[in-house]
Amino acid sequence: MVEPPSLLPEANGLAGNGQAPRLERRIRYAFADRRFLAMLGGRNAGSFFFISGRGKIIRALAGFLHETIMLILSGDPDLIEIVSLTFRVSGIALLFSSLVGIPLGVFLGLRRFRGRRLLISLLYTGMGFPPVVIGLLVYMLLSRSGPLGTIQSEIIPRLFTPSAMVMAQTIISFPLVAGFTMAAVMGVDQQLRQQISALGATGYQTARTVLMEARTGVIVSVIAGFGSIISEVGAVMLVGGNIDHKTRVLTTAIVLETRKGNFELASSLGIILLSLSFLVNLAMMLLQGRSFDE
Amino acid sequence: MNESIYRLAGVTKVYDKHQVLALGDLDVHRGEVLAIVGPSGAGKSTLLRLLNFVEPPTAGTITFDGHTFGPEDTVPLAIRRRVTTVFQRPLLLKQSVQANVGFGLKLRGIRQVREEVFAALDRVRLRDLARQKATTLSGGEAQRVALARAMALRTDVLLLDEPTANLDPYNVGAIEAIVEEVNADLGTTVILVTHNVFQARRLAHRVGLLLDGELIEVSPVGEFFDSPVDPRTAAFARGEMIY
Ligand SMILES: Nc1ncnc2c1ncn2[C@@H]1O[C@H](COP(=O)(O)OP(=O)(O)OP(=O)(O)O)[C@@H](O)[C@H]1O
Ligand SMILES: [Mg+2]
Repeated sequence: MVEPPSLLPEANGLAGNGQAPRLERRIRYAFADRRFLAMLGGRNAGSFFFISGRGKIIRALAGFLHETIMLILSGDPDLIEIVSLTFRVSGIALLFSSLVGIPLGVFLGLRRFRGRRLLISLLYTGMGFPPVVIGLLVYMLLSRSGPLGTIQSEIIPRLFTPSAMVMAQTIISFPLVAGFTMAAVMGVDQQLRQQISALGATGYQTARTVLMEARTGVIVSVIAGFGSIISEVGAVMLVGGNIDHKTRVLTTAIVLETRKGNFELASSLGIILLSLSFLVNLAMMLLQGRSFDE
Repeated sequence: MNESIYRLAGVTKVYDKHQVLALGDLDVHRGEVLAIVGPSGAGKSTLLRLLNFVEPPTAGTITFDGHTFGPEDTVPLAIRRRVTTVFQRPLLLKQSVQANVGFGLKLRGIRQVREEVFAALDRVRLRDLARQKATTLSGGEAQRVALARAMALRTDVLLLDEPTANLDPYNVGAIEAIVEEVNADLGTTVILVTHNVFQARRLAHRVGLLLDGELIEVSPVGEFFDSPVDPRTAAFARGEMIY
């Protein structure tokens, strides 16, 4: 039987001789706390949320965020590198997929044309497509023997670089952004569209106004797109390669640490991932002001 | 100057093989209040959508101030912007009341809309609600905001689709007074769709009866009610027609 990893440094025989890697030691220190024990393992973990009051949950959540932020502020360069690459890759991918996906969603939602149904079916397929398969496709496209691999160009990303990861994540997330945007736009009252037009709007002005009316749904589409890539492992592993200091992101680091048996470090990275994506989603909602209260 | 602002010739509208309008000819005089009455499903709202160029007719032509448009023609923006509609439902945007009232002006590229917006809000007696969210208004208030939004544009033609349906007598009176005022002060041509024959009698210069997509009779208000040509008009005017 495998011994569960202990949070006590001595028991691991690592800290004793001071050989534990710096990052690991720091994370261990930050998370050696009852709250985290309760959440991560422990017999009470399941009941923790249900039994404790709302205040306790909020305190625990605040605790998570606090420790995570402290961990990041404490400035372990390796960790910062991983976190910043994670958000850089997913952020840029999200930007691209929103730039393509939102206009496409509006177009599909408002216009009726030949081939629209086919396009929508393709989009729906894309929304549920296994990311690892997209990773595989991008891998094959970019590999030396692939159609894009032989072309020497600035704009074509090379395999095992962050750009390749951005490419894969863009392809994974844009159907979600486009699909949810389309649904949100189609949810806007058809008669309201006619009213907007009757007030003298051009086609573009109508589209823009309808998009504003559907803003809550559009934020959800962007958040869904973000969620699909920040948490994704398979594709970034394939096209990025999880290379230390180069293409390692939070999810692939978690896989690696778990394989090595560093469950705590893996869990800590998981918590960091969770907290940071929580913060990002919160920020997106706050940016949109009160639109969720309508 | 042409005395007709609209001239419709042989206009029909077909939805999925179902003919909704077969108007024949209709002239709308510049500066008049024309009421269109008729039972539910007669095609009144459809007629207004054609008159606002939101949808093209299936056949026939609509001439607006000398410009003639058929089913395939694109109506220039400048022409479309000389007409606006207050629909049956208020259809406000999820924004503040003043943003809603200024919306049409903003579409026209006008930056400074504050004065116009408050003038329009004053007309409908809603200045105090300028900052309120449109989603929180009562039905009557929302309808008045929709009216203010249309009036702020000072279009040549104002199309009103049952603007007082489901409103209390206070709001009905207020809206009728505003419509009369706009027509008298600004010379706006008003086409008013209503179920209510009494309202038609109070506001209109001329009244038309629409039955199953056909215009049965269009005549001056006195004639329409007192000496109608068609027996169906007489029945409708007496309130005997079931709808
Ligand atoms: N977009 C559409 N597609 C198909 N049928 C339509 C459409 N719009 C209207 N119709 C049909 O056209 C007919 C006339 O509708 P319209 O809304 O013009 O009636 P109305 O006279 O305004 O009725 P009401 O007094 O109830 O508002 C109805 O039978 C309606 O079902
Ligand atoms: Mg109607």
